[in-house]
Amino acid sequence: MERFLQVVVDGIADGSVYAALALALVLIFRSTGVVNFAQGEMAMFATFLAWALADAGVPIGLALAGALVLAFLGGMLVERVLIRPVEGGPPLNLVIVTLGLFILVNAAAGWIWGFDLRDFPRLFPGGVASIGGVSLSIESLGIIAVLLVVVALLWLLFTHTPVGLALRAAAQDPASARLVGVPVGRMLMLGWGLASLLGAVAGVLVAHRLFLDTNLMAGVLVYSFAGAALGGFDSPIGAVVGSWIIGVTEALAGTYVDAIGSDLKVLVPLAVIFVVLLVRPAGLFGSPEVTRA
Amino acid sequence: MIRLTAGSRAHRALRAGAIALGVLVAVGIPFNSSPVLNGQLTLVLAYAVAAIGLGLLVGYGGQISLGHGAFFAVGAYSAGAVLAKTGLPYLLAVPIAAAVAFLLGLAFGVPALRLRGLYLALVTLALAVAAGPVIKRAEPLTGGVSGLAVPQPPVPGWLAVDPDQWLYLLSLAVTGLMLLLAVNLTRGSLGRSLVAIRDGERAARTTGVDVARVKALLFACAGAYAGVGGALFAYGQGFVAPESFTLLLSFTFLGAVVVGGLGTVAGGVLGALFVVFVPQYAGDVNQALTGVIYGATLIAVVYLLPGGAAGLLRRIRRRVVTVVEPLPPAPSPPPDAQRGVHDADATSDPARAGGDPAGRGVRP
Repeated sequence: MERFLQVVVDGIADGSVYAALALALVLIFRSTGVVNFAQGEMAMFATFLAWALADAGVPIGLALAGALVLAFLGGMLVERVLIRPVEGGPPLNLVIVTLGLFILVNAAAGWIWGFDLRDFPRLFPGGVASIGGVSLSIESLGIIAVLLVVVALLWLLFTHTPVGLALRAAAQDPASARLVGVPVGRMLMLGWGLASLLGAVAGVLVAHRLFLDTNLMAGVLVYSFAGAALGGFDSPIGAVVGSWIIGVTEALAGTYVDAIGSDLKVLVPLAVIFVVLLVRPAGLFGSPEVTRA
Repeated sequence: MIRLTAGSRAHRALRAGAIALGVLVAVGIPFNSSPVLNGQLTLVLAYAVAAIGLGLLVGYGGQISLGHGAFFAVGAYSAGAVLAKTGLPYLLAVPIAAAVAFLLGLAFGVPALRLRGLYLALVTLALAVAAGPVIKRAEPLTGGVSGLAVPQPPVPGWLAVDPDQWLYLLSLAVTGLMLLLAVNLTRGSLGRSLVAIRDGERAARTTGVDVARVKALLFACAGAYAGVGGALFAYGQGFVAPESFTLLLSFTFLGAVVVGGLGTVAGGVLGALFVVFVPQYAGDVNQALTGVIYGATLIAVVYLLPGGAAGLLRRIRRRVVTVVEPLPPAPSPPPDAQRGVHDADATSDPARAGGDPAGRGVRP
């Protein structure tokens, strides 16, 4: 039983990392209508920035803050320079641009920092905490706590601030938002900046566990996709719950199903996406696609 | 500047001449180049077949597959297993690889295609990521991490060519066949249904196109093309291993299609030349340069050259040769004449792929 609880908590911690990236995907999907395939690579790049700052002697807290700010600015820059010219055009063009960005950012990171595995500094103390007689990894609990704080902050931003209201307006109905004076272009930039920031949070949270290299986020991206698809691509709550379900399912399957083991765990999200598409295409919390006839 | 009337004898003669010249050059190349270059060109052909299939899916179907490398891998391993573990004639490896990839495409396409664009890309991305671990695990069939040595097709006794030349010519014959099939496919009823669906799904449905069936068939056909490409890869390399089939391979195919030109069959061949030869030269400078060039080119093509390389070639051709329609029997001139030399082939305009912006759906 203790082992089971440990596996579940570790699964929720993994799921929390996927959730941060899934939230970024959902944020952009709601405002731009496409999936940003480069989201994971942008996060990987930001994680490398944090590592490089820390490696240069900057205290880890400052290095993280610096990387998050740079990620935010970088996300805004990407929207303004690369996405804006094709926004509103055919979705295929947007998708190709984000795929180009995926390859470009990945190669750029390899060019700058090489292709070796790097040791990312620990953000949480190692070891275990005993809660109700069950020893749980402090790192896992820390990751879950960070995600909960992030979700709370996002909720505050979107429901209790004028900027959040404008962001939602720009995402839901750009034309009407523009009419009532919302600077839609600036809101889209801000949305991409926020998404990039969320991705960077996922990156720095997972980098110690996975070791840092240019492929850090490729796997995480697939799990986040699965989480977002399961929760419903237009629902932030769905993204978090869906990602947790993916994380726990993956951890349980990897631990208790011998045939799966650690190498075939990646089949779990594939199977989940598949079943969701067959049974409930809009996801658990998503709204079904409605097109005007 | 040459002016020709469409369908006239001069027009047909010129077109036949151009095709004959192309075939002559393609067949003549291996006898005037090094074995190394022949090997690279054989790889180009394998990639080209896969890119042609993906081009059908993206350019005509308006769908994106990020897992084409997985179908390529399935084709390569099917062909490899046929050649290495059975006594079947080596030519049978190609249709077997095509059939296996076709069935896999059908199995994944039918559920994924019930929804538009996004979800197919998701499922195929997961497929591409899962391919490597699955191949490594299925060791009895695939040789696991260490790979599978594939006996290459022997040169027939009656033909006085070297093995590298023979592999190239064999691949060329298969590629030519697949190219012809693709051209026929796009001009036949399936092609017309596809363009109808891409440019307006509801309108196509109303005019009696079975949208779900056509999409699933197209996805499976694209898979079969990748399977054939994989079989040619196994022939040409004589060895298949998991590291040849990473996520990057799937992106490479997509890059080849976009750079070569969406909505044209020939674009796949041009794109394959690009993706095979860029790493040859870029790899000497920096391991990462290939990716930088791929990524930057992909983005640049969307902005600057929406027709890709094939579109560029067509524009150049129109500078030199003007094909005019025979005197119009109807009072209104054809739309081409109004738009002039600019690419007027509306059905192959990639800017139209992807359908209406309303397809995003209404969000609450």
